[in-house]
Amino acid sequence: MEIRVSIDREKDFEAEMTKEEAENGRDEMLIDGPEQANTVPDGFNATYLRIYYGKLFPHADIFKWMSYGNDGKHPACDKSYFGRREFSFTLENDIYIRFQSFNSVSELENSIKEKCPFKIDIGPVYSVDPAKRHAYAQSGHNVFTPVERELVFDIDITDYDDVRYCCTGADVCLECWPLMTVAIKVIDTALRDDFGFNHILWVYSGRRGVHCWVCDGKARRLTNEQRASIADYFRVYKGNENSNKKISLPGPVLHPFLARSYTEVLKGFFEAKLLSKQNLLASEERYEKILEMIADASVASELRGRWQENKRLSMSKEDINIARWEQLKHILQSGKQKSQGLRRCVEEIVFSFTYPRLDMEVSKHMNHLLKAPFCVHPKTGRVCVPIDPNNCDEFDPTTVPTLSQLLEELNKGGLRQDAESEWDRTSLGESVTFFRSSFLLPLLKSCKEEIESSHNAKLQQSKNALSW
Amino acid sequence: MEVVRSDRKSSSNDVVVSTLPLYRSAPPLEVRLEDFELFAMDRLRVLKGISDGLSRGKKPEEMENLAMDLWKANMRHLEATEGVNKDVISHFVLRLVYCRTEELRKWFLSMETALFRYRFHSKSSEAQRVLMSEFKLPYKPVSNAEFESVKDKLGQVARSMGQTLPAADAIFYKVPFEEVPELVAGRRVFIHKGHAYVAMNQVVSLVVTQFRSNLSKALILTNRKWTSTIREQEKDRLAPIVEALCTSYLGPDYSQPKEFAEISIKDIDQISKTSFPLCMRYLFEKVREDHHLKHGGRMQLGLFLKGVGLKLDDALAFWKAEFVPKVGAERFDKEYAYNIRHNYGREGKRTDYTPYSCQKIISSTPGVGDHHGCPYRHFSEENLRAALARMGVGSRVVEDVMDKVHNRHYQLACTLTFEAVHGSSCDAGINHPNQYFIDSQKILQSKNGSVA
Repeated sequence: MEIRVSIDREKDFEAEMTKEEAENGRDEMLIDGPEQANTVPDGFNATYLRIYYGKLFPHADIFKWMSYGNDGKHPACDKSYFGRREFSFTLENDIYIRFQSFNSVSELENSIKEKCPFKIDIGPVYSVDPAKRHAYAQSGHNVFTPVERELVFDIDITDYDDVRYCCTGADVCLECWPLMTVAIKVIDTALRDDFGFNHILWVYSGRRGVHCWVCDGKARRLTNEQRASIADYFRVYKGNENSNKKISLPGPVLHPFLARSYTEVLKGFFEAKLLSKQNLLASEERYEKILEMIADASVASELRGRWQENKRLSMSKEDINIARWEQLKHILQSGKQKSQGLRRCVEEIVFSFTYPRLDMEVSKHMNHLLKAPFCVHPKTGRVCVPIDPNNCDEFDPTTVPTLSQLLEELNKGGLRQDAESEWDRTSLGESVTFFRSSFLLPLLKSCKEEIESSHNAKLQQSKNALSW
Repeated sequence: MEVVRSDRKSSSNDVVVSTLPLYRSAPPLEVRLEDFELFAMDRLRVLKGISDGLSRGKKPEEMENLAMDLWKANMRHLEATEGVNKDVISHFVLRLVYCRTEELRKWFLSMETALFRYRFHSKSSEAQRVLMSEFKLPYKPVSNAEFESVKDKLGQVARSMGQTLPAADAIFYKVPFEEVPELVAGRRVFIHKGHAYVAMNQVVSLVVTQFRSNLSKALILTNRKWTSTIREQEKDRLAPIVEALCTSYLGPDYSQPKEFAEISIKDIDQISKTSFPLCMRYLFEKVREDHHLKHGGRMQLGLFLKGVGLKLDDALAFWKAEFVPKVGAERFDKEYAYNIRHNYGREGKRTDYTPYSCQKIISSTPGVGDHHGCPYRHFSEENLRAALARMGVGSRVVEDVMDKVHNRHYQLACTLTFEAVHGSSCDAGINHPNQYFIDSQKILQSKNGSVA
């Protein structure tokens, strides 16, 4: 057992170490030979987490972010802003405490270090301090209500189980992860180009999906109805388990948003990657699923006939999936297929397999909680690190730093004490740097501008009032 | 708005007649107390009709026709000015009625907004433009140069909805996308950098959003006025009317059993299984099981049984048989019999009480130990699923029912259950437990050729 995290300097850790030793017994202590001096056993436990929160978790950055400039000195700053934000902690043993609130970065940091939550969720900013909601409730009027909340999206790979053959459930591999990458590309582009949002943070959820935080002022102030309208703008799935066709794209042409998503992202991904990676047309069982989506039974049976016949032929040169897809497209889009619906089938199939599947409820309501970035997923031990949407193809969930890996890196750093930037000694450094430079700094800059301009507008107004 | 006091003359000539009233402020009109209530009832019939139509999933065109028919039937007045007055007065009365709780406000807001939408849509485009200017919306039509730059995209959106391409002189408004959530949700607009391009034939959405937000704010203010002053000032005059209006049920009241009059105690068990809606079936099972029901449950089930055709003597016998094992005969006669006679109008103020409608049951607030209320609203999902399974509802229908429940269409959920249990459609929907019972008996009768 070697967690040499500046034990000499921090009493807390010393205490923890003793506890850890007691818990883990002598065995691991004995393994402690010279070769393994810097290995930290895999896993997730309160002791590791306590060190993580003590040394690596970017408390100050989270505080800066969630303050949206209101922690500044400007007279227009809303000093109560951060204190009205709900944080929820899930403690060890699934004890869940909601409506935590903090008035400063040190309150936040001390509480996290003290309670050592296995999961931290972030809720909305309420009209009043959520920790004091009962006191307000007694006044009779229901003044305790959410007033601001980032627009959030939650995409989970488990929702893609009917279109991926490599993994099921919570598992994710490099074969199916690109589905998440595609989701990021489609949603990110629409949020920026269509809705005009600029401050968007994508985060790996630590296990099987991604979260998206849209933090522009106007996104935070959206009503539930407006949130729902954006979620519905993104929705193309209508069917349930009992319908063959889960996607319906009516109308003679696609809406510009869908058309762009199709030509810029979905089509290329489906044809170049997904078809062969997931072997979508290689076996009868799999191609039947696609044939079911073709509205015309005779066309489907024509394709079925060809594919059953040529399964014996060696298709050595060409990938069988791609060859069959070309046949399908050729038949559906050839001149003799007059019906608009049949031509549309090609697009519907591509959308069915690749279009982002959002958890709609998370986005529709202000008071939905979402896990904070930089939390550690208890099942995988992986840190919820930001993902760069411009380079999301390079993101690899299997190499995201784990808790034990980070502690090991801290150990390797040895006595090189540099309290200001512990994470620079670890592979978390890159993520924190990215979070700051690509997200936090531009966000705070625009918050400052917003605060100043609204202040000036108010000054102007009161001047006018005086002159009048 | 003033309710008539003798020394004031009618000032109806001063009212500005507009294409559609926007209900900005209460009119300086005098209203006779009877009209105060009658006008409100008439408008309520329109709103309830719209509510029923929406919960039955009618299409937008059907809804518009329905709303206009309802309006003609209930709100039209021979004299145009009087019609406008009635429109405005009834709106402000109902504002008072429906300002008092979150739930009432929400319902009123949705129904008034829907009504406004259909009425706006039915107006000429000239009238629509006048109305738009009355809302003082700060949006200008898109300039020619800008139109040219996005023309292709606008055409693409139009064609995606199966419409023709916009003409060169078509008017589009560029508005923040937040202003037109329904157009965004349906992908019926082109959105670029936070702005939606709204075609002239879509401005109804823009106006409706504005109407809704104005009314929403106004309802909050009305509520403050109501709690701070009006309720106290008007406690002997308007307050009772206002409080009664929101629970009033406008269909048949089922206080007198008709078609299937006279059921006797020995039939009840059988009938409860075949023809009681879940809320009553559950109460009935509970009283059999516990030999007791708290007040809310006794009222809900007792009045229903009266509507079903249980005579007073039978009712007394029924409740007594159930309660005696628990409370004893003496206590029953002392504490419970009075209440049953009371329900049948034989005690107290001798009112013949009417069975509860679905709306009343749904809006009731059962507490600990209570079994009354609407199962679709008040049961947990788990319990509701189990109860439906016991009624023999198949799992696929259960999913449909749960779907309605999640969307808070409790009556629609009950209708689906009815249809599943009886294997027969129920187009009118379920609005009243006694209607459920009567419709059920009709179906069973036609199946068996005899009364169950």
